[in-house]
Amino acid sequence: MYEFFTNTYFGIFLFILGQCLAVTVCVLISLAFLMYADRKIWAAVQMRKGPNVVGAFGLLQSFADFLKYIVKEVVIPAGADKPVFLLAPLLAFILPVISWAVIPFNDGWVISNLNVAILYVFAIGSLEVYGVIMGGWASNSKYPFLGSLRSAAQMISYEVSIGFIIVGIILSTGSMNFGDIVRAQDGNFGLFNWYWLPHFPMVFLFFISALAETNRPPFDLPEAEAELVAGYQVEYSSTPFLLFMIGELMAVWLMCALMTLLFFGGWLSPIPGISDGILWFLVKMFMVFFMFAMVKAIVPRYRYDQLMRIGWKIFLPLSLAWVVIVGLFAQYGLFAGAYARWTVGG
Amino acid sequence: MEIAALAFYFFAVIAIISAVFVTLSRHPVHSVLWLILAFISSAGLFVLLGAEFLAMLLIIIYVGAVAVLFLFVVMMLNVDFAALKADMAKFLPIGLLMGIIILIELGLVFGDWNFASNSLELRAAITPPIEDIHNTQALGLLIYDDFIYLFQAAGLILLVAMIGAIVLTMRHRTNIKRQNVMEQMSRDPSSALELKEVESGKGI
Repeated sequence: MYEFFTNTYFGIFLFILGQCLAVTVCVLISLAFLMYADRKIWAAVQMRKGPNVVGAFGLLQSFADFLKYIVKEVVIPAGADKPVFLLAPLLAFILPVISWAVIPFNDGWVISNLNVAILYVFAIGSLEVYGVIMGGWASNSKYPFLGSLRSAAQMISYEVSIGFIIVGIILSTGSMNFGDIVRAQDGNFGLFNWYWLPHFPMVFLFFISALAETNRPPFDLPEAEAELVAGYQVEYSSTPFLLFMIGELMAVWLMCALMTLLFFGGWLSPIPGISDGILWFLVKMFMVFFMFAMVKAIVPRYRYDQLMRIGWKIFLPLSLAWVVIVGLFAQYGLFAGAYARWTVGG
Repeated sequence: MEIAALAFYFFAVIAIISAVFVTLSRHPVHSVLWLILAFISSAGLFVLLGAEFLAMLLIIIYVGAVAVLFLFVVMMLNVDFAALKADMAKFLPIGLLMGIIILIELGLVFGDWNFASNSLELRAAITPPIEDIHNTQALGLLIYDDFIYLFQAAGLILLVAMIGAIVLTMRHRTNIKRQNVMEQMSRDPSSALELKEVESGKGI
């Protein structure tokens, strides 16, 4: 049996398919409860109860919503470009899913141990803008089109600063593999070995850029309902809308995973002596997600010109300067080599 | 058949089909979407060649940035496609003639194409040992160690082009109201708000 799964093409294919299914199903189920957590945290901040009817404490609320979405009628506007109109939500859903292929949940627990894993995630992330543009254009209506243009400009702008922050991490590690990046953060001082300390200012820049990149509040301008109804999602209903929503939430969850891997040591334990493991990874991811939810609850929405100014005139120069600074620190081995933890080459 | 060969034919066929549809589709937005598919398939071909780094760059730069700009421009265009189609019959003979001439020229060039006998060796001589190091590192060594001056010169040329584009399009208009961000941000309630006690039934 073991031979079949490691030596024959069909066996390897089945094995990889099984891994993909396992990761996708786990991520989707976790999304259902994240949605619930998001609403509960939001409600708690505003001193409401939040979802509390379906299931114990409202735990099954997301599943009820899910059922409601898929049994409703799919409405396609008469003037819409039908193939593109339906392709857009599919793209918005599939792209965040395939990014999970390179995310390691534990040492070696990864479907594809790519050498350029971080570039892969970045490349897939740069494709995500197409779901928004295509959806807005194919709806053939004014509000979605304006919303999608806005959103596309926003996502492209913040991708640039995310890219530069990632370059800083790659400079420090000397590798683009997530496993190497996490192992470079291992050390005798637990959480003080992680990259959040040497790359301290960039943690905040990355977090804010991630908010803008995933269209989360306070940067949820594409769906600023006071100005654009619901942005690119106006004409969508039922399952296509659900796909957009799951895609968006999964992109947020992916950003949590990225922050955990890049700055907070992935699966490493924060206290030296306690064993590392997948549990740490999940806990850290959820803590980052908690911050995402809190920001949604307490920060008012930005104006569009403010958003663009922060992106291009503040974040871009800062992250670019940081790349140069990290390069110098790494080259001359300052701060006891905290910036030069090269695992390969050198 | 090898899996790699199978994957090659998969990507190659998709790349060619989508390239054909770029020219055949009736709507330019569809053309750009097919072009994106062609780019992604070519990225797949790069991965098969063992150049993952180039594949990812192709997706990030061409699909993630260049094609988005194409899409923006094409979506904003307000062109009457029916009129364009009607004109096609008029220009078809000239277009065909030009196509045939280019085809003949290409045939002449490639029919007599010769490689220098040591061209492969010359190209291999500058390549770092790819068996030992990863292709990203090999590329970095070539660009930033061996050919740093050429690389910087290429960057300068791009910079000049960028400055030229900005100079061409930038003009200062004096008769419009400009937004002063610092002024906006330094506004506070004490300068912008005035509280008045209004007596009931009187108004201000």
